[in-house]
Amino acid sequence: MPTSSIVQLVPTCLVNDLDPEVGFASARVLARMGFHVEVPRGLTCCGQPAHNAGFADEARAVARHTLAVLADTTGPIVVPSGSCADMIVHQYPWLFEGDPDRRDRARAVAERTVEFSQFLLQQPPGRATCGALDARVAYHSSCHLLRGLGVTNTPSLLSSTRGTTVVPLEDQEECCGFGGLFSIKNAEISGRMLDRKLSAVAASGAERLVSCDLGCVLHLEGGARRRALSVRVQHLACFLDEALG
Amino acid sequence: MSGVAMPLTFHGRARAALSDRTLHEALDRATAQLRSRRSTALDSLEHSDYVRDVARRARMTALRNLGALLREFESRLTENGCRVHWADTADDANRIIVRIAAEARVRRIAKSKSMVSEETHLNAALERAGLAVVETDLGEYVTQLAASRPSHIILPIVHMTREQVGRLLQEQLGVPYSDDPQVLAGYARAKLRAEFLRADMGITGANIGVAATGTICLVTNEGNGRMVTTLPRVHVVLMGIEKLVATMADLDAVLKVLARSATGQQLTAYTTLVRGPRRAGDACGPESMHVVLLDNGRTRLLAGESAEILGCIRCGACLNVCPVYRNIGGHAYGDTYPGPVGAVVTPGLRGIGNWAALPDASSLCGACRDICPVRLDIPRMLIAMRQEAVSCTPQPAWLRFGMRAFAWTAARPPMYRIVARLGGAVLRQRARNGWIHRAPGPLGAWTTCRDLRAPARRSFERQWRSRTEARHDRA
Repeated sequence: MPTSSIVQLVPTCLVNDLDPEVGFASARVLARMGFHVEVPRGLTCCGQPAHNAGFADEARAVARHTLAVLADTTGPIVVPSGSCADMIVHQYPWLFEGDPDRRDRARAVAERTVEFSQFLLQQPPGRATCGALDARVAYHSSCHLLRGLGVTNTPSLLSSTRGTTVVPLEDQEECCGFGGLFSIKNAEISGRMLDRKLSAVAASGAERLVSCDLGCVLHLEGGARRRALSVRVQHLACFLDEALG
Repeated sequence: MSGVAMPLTFHGRARAALSDRTLHEALDRATAQLRSRRSTALDSLEHSDYVRDVARRARMTALRNLGALLREFESRLTENGCRVHWADTADDANRIIVRIAAEARVRRIAKSKSMVSEETHLNAALERAGLAVVETDLGEYVTQLAASRPSHIILPIVHMTREQVGRLLQEQLGVPYSDDPQVLAGYARAKLRAEFLRADMGITGANIGVAATGTICLVTNEGNGRMVTTLPRVHVVLMGIEKLVATMADLDAVLKVLARSATGQQLTAYTTLVRGPRRAGDACGPESMHVVLLDNGRTRLLAGESAEILGCIRCGACLNVCPVYRNIGGHAYGDTYPGPVGAVVTPGLRGIGNWAALPDASSLCGACRDICPVRLDIPRMLIAMRQEAVSCTPQPAWLRFGMRAFAWTAARPPMYRIVARLGGAVLRQRARNGWIHRAPGPLGAWTTCRDLRAPARRSFERQWRSRTEARHDRA
């Protein structure tokens, strides 16, 4: 196996403990594309919950650990979560601004880190595999993927699936209201943002709602269940895995 | 909301706003319209990225050289015949303006829209001194009649429907009810025309000051700024010390993005440049002109992590795209500057102590950073403000303890696994068919409006290792 085709799959803390299937689906899709998937040992969390809450020391403590684990690996680091990828790519270098050694290591790791859909989109056309799935699908861009990492063409992965129709959402790019701890500390505002997003989904006639961040997925899925909506909320990896059969 | 006491906490105000249907109707209508106008105006501008970069550079350079620019600005203003006053605090600014009014025997004042005067509660101070003040911007005039405060930086009454405005004018001015904006503006115009002519003093803010020439730039759509600066015999400008650019070219750079971002216009209907009082031979203009430069926490903000926020040109675009603002409106923020920019500016100017809830009121979605014409990284500043809150203000015990425990265990994978498994087991006990309807502790807030997926019995990593090891064994 040439080293160039090794990829490191980061099972984020949410995938690891709440929805392992997203990890397996990501691994299967990557394997289908010819990559040898490794999962680094000893990963826990990227530290984003502490960082976004303003607990900088705590965030740094976790980031130091994750950085050490990732720096010890080779190949692209693929993260099936826009916000965790943004944490490593943009926030680590900021957290270690005052620590030149770690800052350099953070930059080197950031260079290798890509979000899952971003990684698929970077592959040459020959390598990309298109599956087939009959479905009307709405896409919710996670904000950190869209505006943090600037990845705008993820829906093309859905529309290139045979039989899949991507339906637009009203206020397509508006936040779903997850926002990590925001969903707990400002649950009422978060819930209202969720209402709006789910109304837009319901109005779109989509059977499925696909997103690239398990945080958003859990929030939207839990919200849809509470409101007894029939839409199926899925992580992109699970959708593509299903389409590839 | 006139006469109705606002709840004291951010959460109380937000809750009240969330249940106000009229507010949502008004906000949805206005913000959607502004968003689409803005994107036509700014995004369709040729080289719009470059134009934004130039505007940003103009503001950031000014902030870096603020001390020198302020001295230059003061010299130019003085040469132009203005009196310059420095105010450390809001009270100082109000006292200075009351004194100017007393010395000039002023009785009636006409004001054009100024957020800084909202910040200092200038109207109340003037009224306490026995002066009659009237707001001449239509939205601000309505706000004044309603004894309310603006809820948006450029649209003071965005929270009101035109039906509400119609009823208010009917009540306050004794005019027949109408919900036709043209008719309502006509009512106000008739009233305000008389006020302009009677006023002894005009008070304005400053959208931008130009240090090299001592120019005050005002942008308005109603022309009231022009009347306030020319008809009364005294003109007072109240501005924050950060609202400067170095040169007229820099002013041009900022004006290119200001109206486009604010209202979607290429330029506002009136752009007024004022350099001093009436000179011999001038047809009109005030006999004397004063410029009051207000600090009120800006110097401290400039020295901190979030100094960049002082580059804000107050276009209000970040409010129109903010999903939080869109749901709770401006009043919930509790102070002069609402929305994402306010969530940084308010704690920045007033201290984090009583305002820690504002930077928390964001999902960090980044829509504000994307839309900002001068590219302020508001999400990063919100995090910096949260960091300040964590070091300087009390935090709920569960959060402080939880974060400490999280950091300690997350750096020690075996410990982390034990805690995650225990936590998972506790949560699974609450689950039915893999979902939790009511979660315990702080997670209870999650289940107020959504179900919670029960944690997996075996983590991804554990399953992965056993599968890959099984494969290795087979091989």
